[in-house]
Parts: sequence; structure tokens; C-alpha cells
Amino acid sequence: MKCQNCGESEATIHFKEVTEGNLREIHLCEACAADRGFHLAIEHTKLSIASQFIWMAENLYPESAAKLGSVSCSACGLKYSQFARVGRLGCPDCYEAFQPQLQQILRRVHGETTHRGRMPQEAAVAVERPAPAPVVESKEQQLRALRRKLEAAVRGEAFEEAARLRDEIRTLEAKSAGDEG
Amino acid sequence: MIPIPQMVQGPVRWLAGEGPQGDRILSTRVRLARNVAGTKFVGRALESELVTLRDQIFSLGLAAPSLAGASAVQVGELSILDRQLLLERHLISHDLTGDSVVRGLILSEDEKTSVMVNEEDHVRIQALEPGFQLEATFEAARAIDLELETRLPFATSPELGYLTACPTNIGTGMRASVLIHLPALVLTQQIKRILTGVNQVGLTVRGFYGEGSEVVGNFFQISNQTTLGQTEQEILTKLERVVNQILEWEDRAQEAALRDARYQVEDTILRALGVLEYSRLLRSQEVVGLLSAVRFGHTLGLRNVPSIPVLNDLLLRCQPAHLQRAAGREMNAEERNVYRAELVKQVLEVRDVPRFEP
Repeated sequence: MKCQNCGESEATIHFKEVTEGNLREIHLCEACAADRGFHLAIEHTKLSIASQFIWMAENLYPESAAKLGSVSCSACGLKYSQFARVGRLGCPDCYEAFQPQLQQILRRVHGETTHRGRMPQEAAVAVERPAPAPVVESKEQQLRALRRKLEAAVRGEAFEEAARLRDEIRTLEAKSAGDEG
Repeated sequence: MIPIPQMVQGPVRWLAGEGPQGDRILSTRVRLARNVAGTKFVGRALESELVTLRDQIFSLGLAAPSLAGASAVQVGELSILDRQLLLERHLISHDLTGDSVVRGLILSEDEKTSVMVNEEDHVRIQALEPGFQLEATFEAARAIDLELETRLPFATSPELGYLTACPTNIGTGMRASVLIHLPALVLTQQIKRILTGVNQVGLTVRGFYGEGSEVVGNFFQISNQTTLGQTEQEILTKLERVVNQILEWEDRAQEAALRDARYQVEDTILRALGVLEYSRLLRSQEVVGLLSAVRFGHTLGLRNVPSIPVLNDLLLRCQPAHLQRAAGREMNAEERNVYRAELVKQVLEVRDVPRFEP
């Protein structure tokens, strides 16, 4: 095969890049590869983010990967399997819905799981923007959501989170009993 | 409000060749990723929601004092050439070049600050400064952030900070980067080792156009890889320290190159200048390499060579969309190569060029 750049020398450096599922192949001779910095590109090309997540999902939780894929975010409906495929979350609530799994990913990607930087200084006042109608969840709905999260936490072996959820469920159950009693 | 395609004429201020270390560090950039609470991320929200959000961000952005004199444009309405032009000026990303109606750009008059709307995240604030100025660039981005946050409720969580569509940007949502020229480290073949080291300390190296782009002409973009668990200041300090260290290594490599191969190095630089001045055809990638060599000459104290601002200006104007706009017509690759060679002669004020009869 001839070099794609000069079309003269034999291509000896074959470079593959996967971006969002599209495979790009580049075949260059050594001189053109060096010219174009591909010796560096080869060293530093990382797997695309999406494929990293798939790798993580399959390797970190092999036995539960299938089950995990079906967990979904109650706010936007995104399934974990969809996230693993594209590497993008659907909405801010996804971070809570997939919390146990994301903890692991964040640790791998950032080496940390807690934000230490700045936050908005004051509560934002939304202007020219109709406030979304407040969603009043019934206690039953809240409990159902909490139990779903608890299951996810247990599956993800996030036991601290699970304990917190369990307590929250108990509090809410006690409250509803009290309210109605 | 001046339409953006008319705004982006002439040299860009952030490539003015000014600023600390301007001969070796072309520019500093800080980007902040933000999303609006109560709206799904761009990939999952309805088009109608995103259009409303875009218009809302436009009106807030145009009213923000830090973006005084700014213009806004719906990116999908621009011609493909204009979008390419903005990409070449680092004002939009590849993600923004598509036809989608939801995407927008707010651009300040001096092109140093901008807000990309509905790219991967709802809001991406960007500040660019010439030379090595992490602090000032961060402050410029932060000023816009502070003004927008009083009107737009950004999605945050106490544990995770700013929530972004991709978990790799979460926390500070900040990506700070410097565009650095390292010819001596490439020449002495030490660059690989150094870039591997950079990766190990949580920084990342990319080509001229950011993620996924090739390394050409010894230009590298060094930025923070992680965004969570450190304060903005800590991230900037680390980047600054590492870049200073790399500059020191580049100095040493430069000394070594001159000591061991002075004539070869000088020959390479002078030949590059010759090719720039006398070519009939200049390819896009080739010209970046040649400009890099001449730039190196500058750093080595070669006199009577084009100044850094001129080299930066050529770097910008030799790109395909810039050439086509200057020519006022679409051109194929060969026509561009001819036009590029002529442009370089003109900018470098080459006199008495031998010419074939037309």
C-alpha cells in the first residue's frame, strides 16, 4: 500500500482512530508520518470517551452489566445502556439516577469524586423564563423513587449511599404514617 | 449589532503575538461548561426547548457588560464557509459546525470572549488571550460566568459542582489550555518522553484544533485533563508550573541543538523561509510546518525575519476558509495552494519574484 500523503513511498505506519463509532484509517510512510506528527498522535490517541465508558461498564461490572443497562433516569428516561453507548448524560438528574456507577467512573476519570471549586454565588433569579410548574410528587411516588435508587445503590455496592437512602425511606414512611394517623 | 461574518475580518487579537512568552506560547484559553437547571442536556432536550433557551441566553449574553458590543448568531444560518472560518478562528468547535438550528454563538467585538450555545452543553464560555496568561484569561471567562449566573440558574450539585453532559467535564467545568510551540524538543526527539510525563500528571496534549486534531508544525495544546476534585486555582497553578517546566526543557533542547548541529538547524530554518518566499504551490499543512521553522529562527535570534505577529497572521490566513473568503470565491485544493503561495509572498513583501509568463 502506498502512503496516503505522498503517494510514493510504501505506507508502513497504519493509524486507526475511533471517534463516536466511526473508524478512520490513515496509512502513511515513515517520513510523512513524522512530518505530520503521527508518531506523537499514535502515542497520545486515547480511546474515545464513549468507548471508555463501555469498557468500564463491561469490565467493572461484568456480571451485572446487562441488568445495569436497564436502569434509567426517572427525570429524562435515559437508560444507563444508552449513556454507556454515547458517553453523554441526558439531564442533571442522571447524576443521581446513575450515582453508584458514576462514582466509579468519576474516580477513574478524575481520581476524585468531590467538587472543591467554586459554585454560583447567589441563587439565580430566572428572568424571562416561565418557572416550570412545580411537580408535587405524592409520598407514594417519592417512596417508589427512593426504593428504586436504593436498589441501584445496592446493586452498585454503594453501601453508604444505600444506608442513607434506607434512612430516608424510613423517615418518609414514618412521616406518612404520622400524617395520616 | 454587526453580523458575525462581517465581524471576523482581519487579524485576531488573541493571536497578536503579544503577551508573556508570546514567541513560544501563541495563546491561552479557558473554557467553562455550564448547563441550565430544569432543562435536559442538549442531546436529550426537545428542539423547541433548546431554541427558547438559545434565545434566552442570547438576550442575557448581549446584555452582559462583560460581553459589551457583542453579536450573536444562530450558527446553522451561516454558510458552510463562514462556519469553517469561525472554526479556523477557534470560535466554534467541530460540534457546532453542523446544521442544527439550536446552536448559537455570542462573540465579543475583539473575539477574545465568546459563548457557545447548545454545543455539548447549554453554555460554554470561552476566553482567549495572546501569550501565556492563565490568570487573566480565567478572570475574563469568570466575569461572564458571574454575570450569567445571576440570571440563569446553572445546574449544580454540592458534591459534584457544575453538572455537565459528559462526566469528564464535571466539577469546575473548566478546561484551561495553552497553545505552545516546541520545535527544539521535537528536533531533539525528547518530545515523546515529555508528553508522556505530561499525561501522567493529569494534563493532556492535543493538536492545534483541540480534541482529535493532529499535531502539526510543532504546535501543541496542553490542557488540564481532570475537572473534579481540585479548585480552579489549583488547576491553573499546576498547568502553569508544568508549562514553565516544559519551557525550561525547550530552552535546554535549543542549546543542545545549537551546540551539536548549528548549521543543520540554521539551514532548515533558512530553507523554510526560501520555500515560503518562492513557492508556486503551498499546501495547508506544509505552510504550518514552514511557519514553525521560521518561528524557531525568531526564537534563536535570527534577524531580518518576519515578526511573530506576521507569522501568526499567516498561520491564520493560510487556512482554507480564510483563503476562500479573501479570494471571494470557492476554490479547490490546487487553486488554494496557488492562492496561498501568492498570499505568503504578498504578506512577506517578497520583491522581484521570478515569474513565468502568464
